[in-house]
Amino acid sequence: MTAIDPDSLSPDADKEVRRERLFTRINAADKWFQVLGLSWVSPVLRAAAGDNPKAQMHEIWRLLGVPLLAIAAFLMLWATLAPQVQTSLGAIPGPADVWEQAVNLHEDALDKAASKAEFDAKVAQLNERRVEAGKEPVERAYTGAPSYYAQIWTSIKTVFFGFMIATIVAVPLGILAGLSPYANAALNPLIQIFKPVSPLAWLPIVTMVVSATYATDGDGWFAKSFLNSAITVTLCSLWPTLINTALGVSSIDKDLVNVSKVLKMSTWTKITKLVLPSSLPLIFTGLRLSLGVGWMVLIAAEMLAQNPGLGKVVWDEFQNGSSQSLAKIMVAVFTIGIIGFLLDRLMYAIQSLFTFTNNR
Amino acid sequence: MIKRAFFAGLATAFISTASHAELLDLEKDELTFGFIKLTDMAPLAVAYENGYFLDEGLFVTLEAQANWKVLLDGVIDGTLDGAHMLAGQPLAATIGFGTEAHIITPFSMDLNGNGITVSNDIWEQMKPHIPLMEDGRPQHPISASALKPVVEDFQARGEPFNMGMVFPVSTHNYELRYWLAAGGLEPGYYSPENISGQIGADVFLSVTPPPQMPATLEAGTIHGYCVGEPWNQQAVFKGIGVPVITDYQLWKNNPEKVFGITKEFAEENPNTTKAVVKALIRAAIWLDENDNANRPEAVEILSRPEYVGADYDVIANSMTGFFEFEKGDKRDIPDFNVFFRYNATYPFYSDAIWYLTQMRRWGQIAEAKSDAWYKDVATSVYRPDIYLEAARLLVDDGLADEADFPWDSDGFKAPTPAEDIIDGIPYDGRAPNAYLESLPIGLKANQTVVGNEVQG
Repeated sequence: MTAIDPDSLSPDADKEVRRERLFTRINAADKWFQVLGLSWVSPVLRAAAGDNPKAQMHEIWRLLGVPLLAIAAFLMLWATLAPQVQTSLGAIPGPADVWEQAVNLHEDALDKAASKAEFDAKVAQLNERRVEAGKEPVERAYTGAPSYYAQIWTSIKTVFFGFMIATIVAVPLGILAGLSPYANAALNPLIQIFKPVSPLAWLPIVTMVVSATYATDGDGWFAKSFLNSAITVTLCSLWPTLINTALGVSSIDKDLVNVSKVLKMSTWTKITKLVLPSSLPLIFTGLRLSLGVGWMVLIAAEMLAQNPGLGKVVWDEFQNGSSQSLAKIMVAVFTIGIIGFLLDRLMYAIQSLFTFTNNR
Repeated sequence: MIKRAFFAGLATAFISTASHAELLDLEKDELTFGFIKLTDMAPLAVAYENGYFLDEGLFVTLEAQANWKVLLDGVIDGTLDGAHMLAGQPLAATIGFGTEAHIITPFSMDLNGNGITVSNDIWEQMKPHIPLMEDGRPQHPISASALKPVVEDFQARGEPFNMGMVFPVSTHNYELRYWLAAGGLEPGYYSPENISGQIGADVFLSVTPPPQMPATLEAGTIHGYCVGEPWNQQAVFKGIGVPVITDYQLWKNNPEKVFGITKEFAEENPNTTKAVVKALIRAAIWLDENDNANRPEAVEILSRPEYVGADYDVIANSMTGFFEFEKGDKRDIPDFNVFFRYNATYPFYSDAIWYLTQMRRWGQIAEAKSDAWYKDVATSVYRPDIYLEAARLLVDDGLADEADFPWDSDGFKAPTPAEDIIDGIPYDGRAPNAYLESLPIGLKANQTVVGNEVQG
């Protein structure tokens, strides 16, 4: 046993230990900051904790300063160049106009909430009259135009629905193709042919098939327009997941496969205990790509088919041709971009939760 | 925003008036109606915003459609319960030109409301051929004879002269053809084999959806177009074109859009149909009452993005009684958009027959038809009986004035006198064949279009 008297520990050393512990924590948190796209936070924390300020300043500059500077430069370039492009709808709007329209769209959403209240009041009045006339009161969904937020929400719901179907189909097929070279040989030509098909080509077919097979008498589970967009998303976002799953499954460490043989694992156990865990990183890579593709496809599908959502917002504004249309379209463009980024981060976060290696 | 709040307050003041009216037993109370982004969809927007649909117990959703074909298909396949339609659409669908389906119209939406616009470049070339008034402004109405030399220049250079209209059976197609033919230009024929409508044409007409007209003109794909508002005024505001004539100047108080539903819908839902017509008549009354006093409020409604969505000023021009031709040349046309006056909402057989004569004139109806045939088609599509039942209910409720409706009409308007039409050819809906004979350009009697020429 060492005979160090606890009291003899210098206060310095004590502080050192605490600092070390702090750094460990910051390093642990760093992983999460990266997931959230906030990797610049950790050098700031480290610097605050007093770790080699110069090195940390470098990091902060690279992770925070440069991106901010780039955004500022982009905004300036945009603000100076945009007014010089004259269109028949006026000059291309600069950042200030776009911001103004973003605020406008928000106020419009508030107005819509007011119209909803007015609608409810009118329905209440109608029901009074119905009761007076000895009829049952009715309750019906709001019939007014959806607000911008409602359109965003519709798009997000649609993309997730389509993406979910794609995942349910693609992951099992991918595992099958990864495990069996024969299944792979069978699926491969089909994948290669359908993968490059644009959503715009699928859309008319999907529309016709949905309206022929999915009969709604006003109260089906989903609106036809919702299904049209969602299935188009499915058809286009199937492939990255399928391909990456197949690749992930087929590239499992041969030793692991041999172990499973020695242990005489059943196919099911083999898939759940061995195949899935070791191919998860690649499956998630595929899912991330799929969701990204799905989001892009959705906007195009909504524009073309006039289905509710952000794509329709863009197309409607283009058709309106008012003096605010271009700025509103740009608000939509930024919204689409930001949501796409958030979706990607979300998938990345889920991936980090489920996988244990750095192989992503 | 403040403006809207103010109008919303005004609108609520109107709602309570109907509260004592009797509620019909509706067969269906959730309805979806389609429309195209044009100012003459106003009765639908007003009936919604002023709560007239809800007063009838109807829960209506209004949906903008991409083009007239999508809209018609929507009504036929049942995605839409009804729609703002071109007058020619129910007629053409019923006689089987294009998609075949029996569509009826119990309510006519408006009179006038269209214009013909040419690009700035063509306008400059037309100007030397247009007589001027004392103040130096061009004399109206401008005849297509001023366009003739320009088209001849194009022909000499071997370039096609293209113009846009919105649909093969649209009012705009017939009005543009009427204007061109009245000025001595051939707009081209249709035949059963060739439905381009460009057989023997001096001016080549093609289809462009209304909201895309200005962009197409700007791109140079077409040199002019005929379309409803606000897309003529939009060209003036954008500085890309000049309206040369409005359809009011072409033919005073000509019939425009109609409200179309399928015959099955009307038969299965008679009370719902009546309730819808009631709400629309109230909207039309509101749009025209007190000498257009409500128009500014209507313009505010239309300028919202979910309806027409163009700028307030652009829509306000035509809706509030004047029309801007060249930039700065604003002229009063108080009746440019008529929604209720002159029995605008009554579906007259004579209006239907005029459209049918134009279909025959340009070969969309390939063979000669008897006068009785014209009347039969008109009576199977236009349904003043439903209209009058709805009007009667409104009068009983005290929401409309007895004197505003032609109760005893046999469905024919008094013949349009020669001075109300640009080329001075009168129109009488009772004698469609005689009318066709009186038009200098166009198919007559037993003439047919075979290959690239007119025979017979």
